Amino acid sequence: MLPTGTIAPDFELYSTPDQMLKLSELRDRKVILAFYPADWSPVCDDQMTLYNEMGKYFARHNAQLIGVSVDSKWSHLAFIDHNKFNFPLLSDFEPKGGVARSYDAYDEKTGQCQRALYVIDEKGIIRWSYLSPVGINPGADGILNALEELDNVKSLNQ
Amino acid sequence: MKQLTPSVNSVDHILGNPIAPLELVEYGDYSCPYCGRAYPIVKEIQQQLGSDIKFVFRNFPLSKIHPHAFSAAVATEAAGLQGKFWEMHDIIFENQRTLDAEHIFLFADKLGLDIERFKNDIQQKPLIEKVEKDFESGIRSGTNRTPTFFINGVKFDGEWSDNQLLQYLKSVLLGNKSKVYES
Repeated sequence: MLPTGTIAPDFELYSTPDQMLKLSELRDRKVILAFYPADWSPVCDDQMTLYNEMGKYFARHNAQLIGVSVDSKWSHLAFIDHNKFNFPLLSDFEPKGGVARSYDAYDEKTGQCQRALYVIDEKGIIRWSYLSPVGINPGADGILNALEELDNVKSLNQ
Repeated sequence: MKQLTPSVNSVDHILGNPIAPLELVEYGDYSCPYCGRAYPIVKEIQQQLGSDIKFVFRNFPLSKIHPHAFSAAVATEAAGLQGKFWEMHDIIFENQRTLDAEHIFLFADKLGLDIERFKNDIQQKPLIEKVEKDFESGIRSGTNRTPTFFINGVKFDGEWSDNQLLQYLKSVLLGNKSKVYES
């Protein structure tokens, strides 16, 4: 995992079959980057379903959630549709796992992303990260605490 | 270790002996099939452990995938205002495939609720906020799926199916008792 305080590596990946999303386009917002092993797998399903309910809470902190896995954009499209997700899933498909590698969140053995979370601030700096055991859904408490802490620090500095 | 936040308090619905040595809290979604499966298991646990356990249910509706879950949760809170929270909780879990508004009103009628009052109460902001607060407390506490259980304030990560939760609770109870004897 990349240490807190480092600049989040920029990337551009497919978010739908014909649209790409670039991390640096999201400057001025916080970004929650959730790397996960695979669409359709049991734990990922639970994790993303939970995050899908969190939109209101993330919005309070001016934060956008983005999921990343090595699945194809077509798999993501079906996965989003099936679960009614309201946040983008990016396809780290070619070169496979390239972005996950740059975030030190790639599992070479399985050829999948690890279950890794990053919170990136408005300036593109990594402020929090968490690597969860692959079989365990990390929940959202850690993310929420990190977002709150960032906003608290900001209000203290003002 | 994830802790229940906030701990059980006066806004919670508590079933059983309020000073029981075991406290079981469930974060659940009325439309979730797993919660439906856990429902008779929790009933059996209460039966078996009697006054040794109190049970608390907090709402954790996953509204995006379960369109009726939030309104069902509000309905139980509204029934609670007429002293029938647990009756509504039960009838909803026993009929969890049909939780549209029409059925919720049928249940309310069956439980003998004042329907006019019920109709009014389910639109009240404090009840909606109660359900939202339950959800938020679930997030804070580390709830990551439904059902998620907390035992004496600590998240239970083991299996709850069959009699595994009951066996675990029994072992906690034995541990508690031996501590009492030691002191």
